[in-house]
This record gives sequence, structure tokens and C-alpha cells, in this order.
Amino acid sequence: MRNWFNRKNIVALLGIVLLYAVVQGLIVFDIMPPFYKLTLILICIYIILSTSLNLINGITGQFSIGHAGFMAVGAYVSAMVTAIMHGPLLLGIFIGAVVAALGGLLVGLPTLRLKGDYLAIATLGFGEIVRIVFLNMEFVGGAAGFTLPSKITWTWAFLLMVFSVVIIKNFVGSTHGRACISIRENEIAAESMGVNTTKYKVMAFTIGAFFAGLAGAIYANYMYIIQPGTFSFLKSFDILVMVVLGGLGSITGGIVGAVVYTLISALLAGIPEWRLVITAVFLVVLMIFRPTGIMGTKEFTLGFLGKKGDKNATSKN
Amino acid sequence: MDSISTQIFQQIINGLSLGSIYALIALGYTMVYGIIKLINFAHGDVMMVGAYSGWFAVTVLHLPFLPALLFSMISCALLGVLIERIAYKPLRNASRIAALITAIGVSLFLEYGGMIVVTAQVRTYPPVFPDTRYILGGVYFKYGDIVMLLTAVVLMALLHFTVQYTKVGKAMRAVSYDKDAALLMGINTNNIISFTFAIGSALAAAAGVLMGVYFNTIDPLMGIIPGLKAFVAAVLGGIGIIPGPMVGGLMLGLVESVVSGLGASTWRDAVAFLILILVLIIKPSGLFGKNVREKV
Repeated sequence: MRNWFNRKNIVALLGIVLLYAVVQGLIVFDIMPPFYKLTLILICIYIILSTSLNLINGITGQFSIGHAGFMAVGAYVSAMVTAIMHGPLLLGIFIGAVVAALGGLLVGLPTLRLKGDYLAIATLGFGEIVRIVFLNMEFVGGAAGFTLPSKITWTWAFLLMVFSVVIIKNFVGSTHGRACISIRENEIAAESMGVNTTKYKVMAFTIGAFFAGLAGAIYANYMYIIQPGTFSFLKSFDILVMVVLGGLGSITGGIVGAVVYTLISALLAGIPEWRLVITAVFLVVLMIFRPTGIMGTKEFTLGFLGKKGDKNATSKN
Repeated sequence: MDSISTQIFQQIINGLSLGSIYALIALGYTMVYGIIKLINFAHGDVMMVGAYSGWFAVTVLHLPFLPALLFSMISCALLGVLIERIAYKPLRNASRIAALITAIGVSLFLEYGGMIVVTAQVRTYPPVFPDTRYILGGVYFKYGDIVMLLTAVVLMALLHFTVQYTKVGKAMRAVSYDKDAALLMGINTNNIISFTFAIGSALAAAAGVLMGVYFNTIDPLMGIIPGLKAFVAAVLGGIGIIPGPMVGGLMLGLVESVVSGLGASTWRDAVAFLILILVLIIKPSGLFGKNVREKV
């Protein structure tokens, strides 16, 4: 039986609680300006998105650029549950995520036979189809968008973010996660070693879609309004940029990427016309000089804290 | 009965005009993909630049249609070479994902950089063709439709001739077949790749001008959707093969105008992407592609 209460986990837990408490304190005492709060919640949403896309693109090595499609499914389904059927918030978020996961399963089963560029373009096509479907659904507002009350607080956003990251991180460390990594490294070798590649690819894709749907649901229940235009493939590119910026295949890298990219976007919000130009130049320069992203496949760990703990504490990554 | 068949013919004419535009864009995609295996996401935006330079040539320089078309093609050929040299060449040996992301970056740069240069305002394309219509058995042929189809066919024929019967074309085929072997045979692969980008971008520019003429309006984001659809056309016909995108483009144009004609024009784009996914699942190498077996 592994001891969960080793030094590393306790320090990580304390760090998370401290971060939460500081921000919550600032919000409760009304010190935090609304724009900062919005940025922080967006960071939570984007961390979920980038971590889940990292699972598909970075860990399993399947190039998907239809993540905004799953996000849209989660957003709209949860909006239907909470605003049209007046269901509770958590149920709405959960149903949104589950439906997105089902969508991921349906899309993943046939398309994951494709490789590289073809898979990328198929997922891109899927994302666009989802957007057009919602655009043509009159009862969720069509192109004008769907308005719903904002129920997500910092507490919910933060908790769900931590939940997602912990689940995905543990998945990557598990037997299944290792199978996924082996597919990334060499699919043929993995298959000949007895890894059921299709099963693990679809598994990673479905889990990724689940968390994309979760993020979409949080987004919908925070933003007051959702429009099909928000979930165009530009959003998928945004998420992809975060993952690549932080480092494909590094969970912590993806988180760093999400934080940095959201902060850059927030800083450049005053000059919207230049925002995407600067992003684009940055992206090209980054790819030319450091194609592996900030972290590469390295992880930022608290491993140095666990050396004095028991032997099981430092599970290598 | 008669009116239905007229309607069908009318839609076929519309579909062919639209399809010839898609085919021109798709040709550029497929050439670049065939030679360096890169989905050049910026291709649709090169088309946008082409549309704007055509607009500039017609309204500011007061050129007639053909010189304006040439002007736009030459400027975009230069742009294509520039993009290749600055953004793609340093990544020749990097991973495919890095190259793809660079292409996305270049695409965003052209879209939003273009927005700063020419503003987001939608511009009206000047009428370059007389508004004459020819009626043949109840079907309208616009003068513009005919010129568009002709331009597209002539350009495709020129391209086919270049690739099949000239020395450069032979070199292009060689590089596409095996880059290292071509290099060993004394082919300057870098120049050939640049040349491919120049031709592809020039075709995109021609498509851009035609698109401006066809839809009357241009804006900096006009390249995104046609760019994606042209990619669908390229995949449909078989990417990397010259006749593939021509047939794919024309088919896609026909399907779209049929869908619009049935009164479901909001679903038009969804149908295009659905076709893409179906083709990829059923026959990933496209209608004309050969199945390549994976060897270990």
C-alpha cells in the first residue's frame, strides 16, 4: 500500500490550498479588480483545456486540433441542463463533460486510424461541424448566442481545475498512461510489444474530450453568454499554442503554457488589433528557435522534497 | 419538369465556377504537400493577399482584368517565396508538428497583420466584367462565370505542362519523390521548393482575384474558410497528385451549390467537412491516391 501522505504530496497540497486561500481572500475582501478575477478563472479553464489536449497531443502523440469542438459540446449541453432545465450546476457540468466524452469516443473510433496530418485535419473538420450544428440550433440561440446566469465562482473553477489536473496526471503515471507514451514514442514497436494501440488512443482521446467538455461547461456557466463563434478552430489553435508553448508531453509545461498565454492575452487586451499579430510572430519565432516549447518533455516536480520520505515517495516520471 | 432541369443546370454552372476557385487553391496545397509534406495553413491567406493586390491593381492602378491578375500572381509568388524562406526553411528538418504550428502562426500573422494594414472593413470589388448574360436553353451564363472557368482551366493546363514537360517540373517531381536522392543527382532542392511555393502562391492569388470577382466583397479573414475547403478538395481528390485537386475542387463546388440550391446554405460548410471526414475514413488516400502500405 502506497503511502499517500508523503512529504511531496503534503507540500503540493499545502501549496494548492495556500494559492486558493490567497485568491479567495482577495476576492472576499473585494481587493481584486473584476478583470483580474476574470483572468484567473480563464486561467483555470485554459489549464484544464491545455492539460487535456496535452494528454492527446503530447502524451499519446495523436495530433488533434478539434478541441474547441468538444469544449463547445460541453458548454452547450451544460447550458441546456442548467439554464433550460434548471438543473443543479454540478450536474450540468458533469453531463456536459460526459456528453463531450461520448462525442470524443464517437469521433475517435473511426478517425484515430488516421495518422499525423490527416488526423489533424479530420479533427479540425469535426470541430467546425460541431460549431455549425450549434449555429443552426434555434433553441440555443443560433448565431446570436445563448445567455445564461453566471454561477461559477473562483472556488468551483479552482476545485475543478485541480481535480482535472490530478486525474490526468495520475492517468499519465498509470499503466494506461505508459501505454499511451509508448504509442507516442513508436506506434509499431508498441503494437508489437502487445499494447492495444487503438484502445489506448481512443481512451486518451475520450478522456481528453471529457475534460475539454468540463472546461467548456465551466466557461458557459461563468461567461453569461456562449456563441458558436467562440468555439471556432481559432480557439483550438489557442489551446494548441498553449500546449506547444509550455512543452508537448509535459503536464506542468502545459500548465505553464496556459498561464503564460492567458496572461499575455490579458496584457495585450488593450491593443486587440495587435494581439494576434504579436502572438503569431511569437509562435513562429518560438518554433524556429525552440520547437520543443518552454519545458520540453520535462516535468516540474517536487521530487527533491521526497528524498527523505519513504521509498515509494519518489515515483519517477 | 423543364424548370427543374434548368435549375439543375444552373446549379451545375454555379458549382463549376465555385469549384474552379477551390481547385486553384487546392492545387497550391497539394503541390506544397507533395514536396515537403506540410499542410500550408497560410495558403488561404495568401489567397486573401492575392485578392487584395488584385483589388489594388484594379482600383488604384486602373489596370484591366488580365494585367491585374498577373500583377496579383507575381506579388503573391514573391510573398510565397518570402514565407518559405523565413518561416518554413529553418524547420526543414524539425518535427512535422513544429512545421504545422509555424504554418498556423504565419496564417494568423497574414490575417491579423492584413487587418492592421487594410483595416477590417469589407471592401467591394469593382466590376471588372461587363454584366452580360448569355441564355442557352433557359440557363444563364454570366460573362464572369465563363472567364473564371476559362482562367482556371488555362492555369491548370499551364501547371500540368510545367510539371510534366519542363526541366523544372521534372526536378519538382524528383524532389517530391525522394528529396535526398534528388539532392545527390545535383538538383538544388531549396530552389525547387521555393519555386513550388511561388507557383502555388501564384495560383492562390489567381483564385483570390476570381473569388473577389465572384463574391464582389473581400475582407482580411476571407481566406480561412475557402482555404480549409480547398484542403478538403485536395484530400478528396488525393493529396500530392496534380489532377486530384482539380477533380476534388470541382466536385466540392458542385456539392456545395446543390446543398445551397436545396435551401440548406447554412449547412454548406458542415457538408464539406463531413465529406472530408468520410473520405478520410473510407479512402484516406483520396479518389485518385494509391494506397501506400506501411513497411516496418
